[in-house]
Amino acid sequence: MIVPRMPTPRLTDAVVIGGSAGASVPLRTLLTGLTPAFPAAILVVMHMHPDDGGLLAENLGQVLRLPVVEALDKMPVKRGRVHLAPADYHLLAERDGKLALSVDERVWWSRPSIDVTFQSAAAVWGRRLMAILLSGANEDGAAGLAEVQRRGGLALCQDPATATMPTMPAAGIKAAGLRGGESPEALSRRLMHLESEKPDAR
Amino acid sequence: MTDAEAEIERIEVTLLLEAIFQRYGYDFRDYARASVERRLAQFLQDSETPTYSVALGRLLREPAYFHKLVPYFSVSVTSLFREPFFYEGLRTCVVPLLRTWPHFKVWHAGCATGEEVYSLAILLREEGILDRGLLYATDISQPALETGRAGVYPLEILRKGSENYHKAGGRGSLSDHYHARGDAGVMDSALARRMTFARHNLAMDRSFGEMQLILCRNVLIYFNQDLQNAVLELFLESLDNGGFLCLGDKETLAFSSVADAFVAVDDRARIYKKRVR
Repeated sequence: MIVPRMPTPRLTDAVVIGGSAGASVPLRTLLTGLTPAFPAAILVVMHMHPDDGGLLAENLGQVLRLPVVEALDKMPVKRGRVHLAPADYHLLAERDGKLALSVDERVWWSRPSIDVTFQSAAAVWGRRLMAILLSGANEDGAAGLAEVQRRGGLALCQDPATATMPTMPAAGIKAAGLRGGESPEALSRRLMHLESEKPDAR
Repeated sequence: MTDAEAEIERIEVTLLLEAIFQRYGYDFRDYARASVERRLAQFLQDSETPTYSVALGRLLREPAYFHKLVPYFSVSVTSLFREPFFYEGLRTCVVPLLRTWPHFKVWHAGCATGEEVYSLAILLREEGILDRGLLYATDISQPALETGRAGVYPLEILRKGSENYHKAGGRGSLSDHYHARGDAGVMDSALARRMTFARHNLAMDRSFGEMQLILCRNVLIYFNQDLQNAVLELFLESLDNGGFLCLGDKETLAFSSVADAFVAVDDRARIYKKRVR
């Protein structure tokens, strides 16, 4: 057996979370325990109807301790804040610490697309990124998760057995070559653990 | 992938954009980088180009290869009465002031294939002030401008447009403003008479004259902050005191260098008014 070298401690600047059908409950499980002191920025992409006028942001804002905003173009990314992809726009991260939106064509019939956000976040944050793919009925997010992995970030999936719609996390596990997924509770504990991580000295 | 490899890739893209600019005069250097990288990656895949460096060599030497790339940078989404609530905002906040001017000029920057220019013209006609207005519609894409100039749209587009027209508070029927020809609709030539379609590159070209209303919706999202600021300064300079600037649904002046020069008159519709200085 090959003993893996102890990894150097990982500092996480950003967490990206993607999901579709059946993802709203696990999303809440992931985020409810977190406080505004959370040391990373959170970007969330949920598939939704093009006419959804910010309902998700409103609902999450009411139940979370973290501040929640619907992303606007060129909005600065902030630690300890949840940035939601708006309906009918792709959400991208830029290297200058700002968010960008696009109305480029749909990916996996979806805008916002999880792949688009994950791939751009991977290019910006590399190994300092954590990506989590939740329940969903199509394969959006799988290629994005693989890209996060390729750029040294931490790729995670909801355990398909715990997902209402297992297709999406199963595709993520396969594309990123993961051993398996984790329950929403276990993923939530990982995020809580980040809060106790030593903050970066910047 | 190591940090060094990621850095090399970032440099390659920068060089490639610089090469396009120096060789062909198209300036994509200040386009929003994340979208540029997506489009380039897609182009590389579609053209079976293995790396950015290979693409760089081919772009410099093969104009035909470059011209295959150009459309990847001018993807646009538009439709008749796109985002109906915006047109309600126009009726409520902008039309009453346009009425007070004997003549007014409108600049629709980044008009793509023209659907939204016709939408505005229809609204102005219903408000009885179309004849006082001149609508300048500009875009970087010549083929898109040709479509706008022709004013012929597939019936499918008009059918969807009709739904939005009613949501936007249309007073009659969209079909009052076009006539069917085969499986397409030809926009009423009375609308087109008030329009001028012209090529204009927001990244390079200058002011377009004194305007009372400028629309630039979901175009700035493709620019980085520096280019956004430059274009917004251009709009500021091109607007009459008290003139209006309309942005896309998720665009805001809040993070820009001209935030203080405007006041928001409709937050949701993203309609701003130039402060009188």
